[in-house]
Amino acid sequence: MAYTIAEKILMRASGSKKVEPGEIVNAKVDVAMSHDNAALVSKVFGEIGVPKVWDAGKIVIPIDHRVPANNIKTAEGHMKIRNFVKKQGIKHFYDVREGVCHQIMPEFGHVVPGDLIVGTDSHTTTYGAFGAFSTGIGATEMAAVWATGELWLKVPETFKINLNGKLSEHVFSKDVILQIIGDLTAEGANYKSIEYYGEAVDAMSVGSRMTITNMSMEMGAKSAIMAPDQKVFDYLKTRTDRKLNPVTADKDAKYERVTDYDVGRIGPKVACPHAVDNVKDIEDVVGTEIHQAVLGSCTNGRTEDFKAGARMLSGKNIHRNVRLIVAPASRQVYLEAMEEGLIQKFVQAGALVINPGCGPCLGAHEGILAKGENCISSTNRNFQGRMGDTESNIYLASPATVVASAVRGVITDPREGSTW
Amino acid sequence: MVKGKVWKYGKDVNTDVILPGRYLDSYEPEYLASHAMEDLDREFAKSVKKGDIVVAEANFGCGSSREQAASCLGYCGVQAVVAKSFSRLFYRNAINQGIAVIESPECVDALNKGDEVDFDLKAGTIKNLTTGKTLTFRPLPPFIMEILEAGGLVEHLKKKMAK
Repeated sequence: MAYTIAEKILMRASGSKKVEPGEIVNAKVDVAMSHDNAALVSKVFGEIGVPKVWDAGKIVIPIDHRVPANNIKTAEGHMKIRNFVKKQGIKHFYDVREGVCHQIMPEFGHVVPGDLIVGTDSHTTTYGAFGAFSTGIGATEMAAVWATGELWLKVPETFKINLNGKLSEHVFSKDVILQIIGDLTAEGANYKSIEYYGEAVDAMSVGSRMTITNMSMEMGAKSAIMAPDQKVFDYLKTRTDRKLNPVTADKDAKYERVTDYDVGRIGPKVACPHAVDNVKDIEDVVGTEIHQAVLGSCTNGRTEDFKAGARMLSGKNIHRNVRLIVAPASRQVYLEAMEEGLIQKFVQAGALVINPGCGPCLGAHEGILAKGENCISSTNRNFQGRMGDTESNIYLASPATVVASAVRGVITDPREGSTW
Repeated sequence: MVKGKVWKYGKDVNTDVILPGRYLDSYEPEYLASHAMEDLDREFAKSVKKGDIVVAEANFGCGSSREQAASCLGYCGVQAVVAKSFSRLFYRNAINQGIAVIESPECVDALNKGDEVDFDLKAGTIKNLTTGKTLTFRPLPPFIMEILEAGGLVEHLKKKMAK
């Protein structure tokens, strides 16, 4: 039999000799991640009545969604988590200072190729950039994982997407994934695993790949995986002592669907309100007035994203009618961005640099939108009311498009921004 | 089975409109129930009754992994969600909360907003008392039925561990 990466990882994790799509397996989890919702997970864990978690070394808890606490309820939730961590001796706990879970999981070496990772966050698919099978689950089943270390999973069918060619200047992996989501639609990859291949993937940094695996969830994908290469091994070298067991697909692996893209034909894209698959060419939306711009998140809050954004500043100030909110994805990104002078540039231009974390992405705090306001954002969702009033609008785009638009006060083509 | 009323919605009903992120700071059932569907239908939380069912087009519950999107419906008394398809996260979360999730385009097309229904999970039928039609759906796999019958994953696990 020939297998895809997802099939091989689930076969190993479930101790099966063979698997096929549609089959339900009981799999042993390698790493289990929960963020602020660890408060809920720990509550449910208490209800199950098991005194100790299955493995205190395999649970990772970063607090990132509402940091620092935005109200008393949140503060109490965070306190519950800290108490639980102490009581259970959870080894890998990252308090409010560290940043977004999906960035710090790889940064601290909790993601290695071939692992089965579950997280109580839909964008857990991000770790596929490192060759892991990683997927989101709910809080109650995470409590069951904490108790037993196991979870039932349906073996997904796999889509293969080949990204051929070379990206044009001022076009990024964000534009590529927006194009794909626009084509496949918000439900186009429901329950599926996606494997990405091609010279464009090979050429991408690990961070750019994470943007693609992160947002693959927006078409319903269960996992989104790239075969690990030297870039991944180099990234992990200083971060983990674990022996790496990279998994690759068999040559004759069965794919339900194979799609080819020439990324050189893709230009800057914008996902328009109120659906991530409502994707348009930037030419169709340039000139749309904006009031807020967000550069950050697990999708595009890394140093390379800040660099791409800063290039659009070239000494210019943020438009007086725009609030540009910059949120580093992690403390480490924050430090790198400072060392490279990027934070200085943003602050000089009039941006609001906020603490590492999820920031305004999910509409809890740090940049809520009023009725009628438009926001352009490097984040991953533009659902109605996500960042504030139900009559506000979110446009999703690359970091370069976000900053170019923040300078102009209207949605702006980054290719134009580069010639300022 | 409890009789109930149909609440019908369109496609891609996402977790952010089912339970907006601004309410994720609490896990209190009453609080979550009072904000269910708030950004899609302000009437819902006010008027929904025990036994009602939510019916929707494709991709119900897309978006976040937030379990509160499923639990808030359960706290409102919703006994089942019938949709043309579901996001995988909502599907799992609903089952784990003891809420039946039925994937059936035929049932969705035969149910209208406000219809009175008699939903029978075990029999695999929805009697539409308004139109007089009896609809059938494919039964859920036995291991999912076990979780639903226990009232959710926690109760199911407790039973299993007690054995």
